[in-house]
Amino acid sequence: MTPRAQKWLISGPPLVYLLIFFAIPTLIMGLASFRYAGELGGLAPLTSGDPDELAGFTLESYQRFFSDLIYAQLFFKSFIYATVTTLLCLLLAYPLALTISRSPKKYRDLLVLLVILPFWSNFLIRIYAWMIILGPQSAFSKLFNGAIGIFGVEPLPLLFSPFAVLVGLVYVHLPFMVLPLYANLEKHDPTLLDAAQDLGAGAWKRFWRVTFPLSLPGVYAGAALVFIPALGIFAIPDLLGGTDSILIGNVIKQQFLDARDWPFGGVLSIVLTLLAILFAGLAAWVARGQRY
Amino acid sequence: MALLEIRNVTRRFGDFIAVDGVSLSIGSGEFFTLLGPSGCGKTTLLRMIAGFDQPDAGQILIDGKDMAGVPPEDRDVHTVFQSYALFPHMTVAQNVAFPLRMGNRPPAEIGSRVREALEDVSLLGMEARYPNELSGGQRQRVALARSLINRPKLLLLDEPLAALDAKLKERMQLELITLQKEVGVTFIYVTHDQEEALALSHRIAVMNKGKVEQLDEPATVYGFPRNRFVADFIGECNILDCSVESVANGVADLDVEGLGRVTASGANGIAPGVKGALALRPEKVSIARELPADTCVNRFDGRVFDYLYTGDVTLYIVEVERGKRVEVMLPNNAVGRSSKFFEPGDAVQIGWRDDAGSFLSD
Repeated sequence: MTPRAQKWLISGPPLVYLLIFFAIPTLIMGLASFRYAGELGGLAPLTSGDPDELAGFTLESYQRFFSDLIYAQLFFKSFIYATVTTLLCLLLAYPLALTISRSPKKYRDLLVLLVILPFWSNFLIRIYAWMIILGPQSAFSKLFNGAIGIFGVEPLPLLFSPFAVLVGLVYVHLPFMVLPLYANLEKHDPTLLDAAQDLGAGAWKRFWRVTFPLSLPGVYAGAALVFIPALGIFAIPDLLGGTDSILIGNVIKQQFLDARDWPFGGVLSIVLTLLAILFAGLAAWVARGQRY
Repeated sequence: MALLEIRNVTRRFGDFIAVDGVSLSIGSGEFFTLLGPSGCGKTTLLRMIAGFDQPDAGQILIDGKDMAGVPPEDRDVHTVFQSYALFPHMTVAQNVAFPLRMGNRPPAEIGSRVREALEDVSLLGMEARYPNELSGGQRQRVALARSLINRPKLLLLDEPLAALDAKLKERMQLELITLQKEVGVTFIYVTHDQEEALALSHRIAVMNKGKVEQLDEPATVYGFPRNRFVADFIGECNILDCSVESVANGVADLDVEGLGRVTASGANGIAPGVKGALALRPEKVSIARELPADTCVNRFDGRVFDYLYTGDVTLYIVEVERGKRVEVMLPNNAVGRSSKFFEPGDAVQIGWRDDAGSFLSD
């Protein structure tokens, strides 16, 4: 078999997969966004004999999107949630990844396993678990409210709040930040830190001037793996959030499952997809200068 | 007061004694080498001087100050690592400037000092390059410039030339000698390459199994090895078992197994019958079909058993009448196309002066 044929054999199946499960559905979604909503949900037909029935292509869903400010506000709110989630994940994951990478070799695999372990259980069940932990009857809630009660503060509901949504988002996305960071940090040459120390750098300077700059590719990878999914997530705001925690993912879900306005849902989805591509491209562009 | 004093330093790793009660004194401006085979403790000792390891017993004093508990970043000692450890995310200029930035020097000063440092190692013009764009020799020079820029009291070099090919190594050795003289910093060099040690150093400490076997100038270490290990480790040497017949005025009469009666230099006060070894350097042995009559107190007949041709010299292995094989080195200065003087099987005579060999007691 020629090398060229081999190349196609290896890259072929993933390409076909992406074509069938990504490119084509995105195309379908894109087309749907330009159509009318069906009377009983779904999409209106492309052609119709009945002059009263809406059919064919239209820009009315896009007009609706651009005419009402609330959709832009929703996207902005999702952007803020995703950004805060990414930053919190970075702050929590970095020390964890650093500690694992500096542990004796025989413990590292076990520690990484512990980080991945939550994935062995169902995603929704883990969210339900947080509902219990943050619920008003939980030990944690009672402890927290008791503590702030000492200062005369009224009891705060922890569940169904932006706080709960962030807790859920960070919890679910943390391993996605830990793993790329760990993969990067584990490869660092320890002699570089010796050299830095030898030349006069104390512990903080060694971290800030050697370890952190070298870990940036891992930071960018982790940030992308957290930010982009967090942008469109809806299960966590649905279960853990209150009425003020509606994010763009929830609205999209509503369009398809509740309001059954598929074209409009398509518009929101396309905009979200384009934003995700934009951010992924941004991350790639920032990381392009890496030499090492 | 010596610049560096190592007093009775010991370092153990579990049951293994890496450094065993070593004491050394190193003066300012010296090019001092720790020489020995892998595992002899030279790198462990170097790390303790740098501060990356603490001795289990003994003291390390720099300029009279005890370094116990002083971390590497607070010592006026810098290390050139075997892998150079250049920061891959910084340019050459940023790498070299690093120690000055850690010392919070003003930017203007940093700029000019970096330029000077690069000039010292002949790397002007490379400021904006990254380490992965440099050759091995260039990286080495950046590592040197970086470690020397703030003129530390001591520069420690851990086998820095190990990764270079032979020609480059030779050139870098010469450059190191010149650099050390110009800069005047005390160098402590670690290597297992005895030729390198002989070429570079003012003094050599030959180490084995955590102890210093001999501490002397290169010519003394080579010409007057103190025991079998040093004689064998440095250069080529015939080490022939023997026993003492008598010693007087620094001259020893030895009975060498498989050879016969040999006159060599020996320390006074060694009793007759003491066993030991005759250390005889191959280049000090003359070889000819017939040696001139009035030369070479020690002379023996034999046959050429084998030879080792290395271009500039040939090492002949001569088997003498009584059976011992002696290595003899002869420069290949023959005129004409033939590369060597003797062929295996040739009958020859070998001989050497009475002070050419030395007696090593066991």
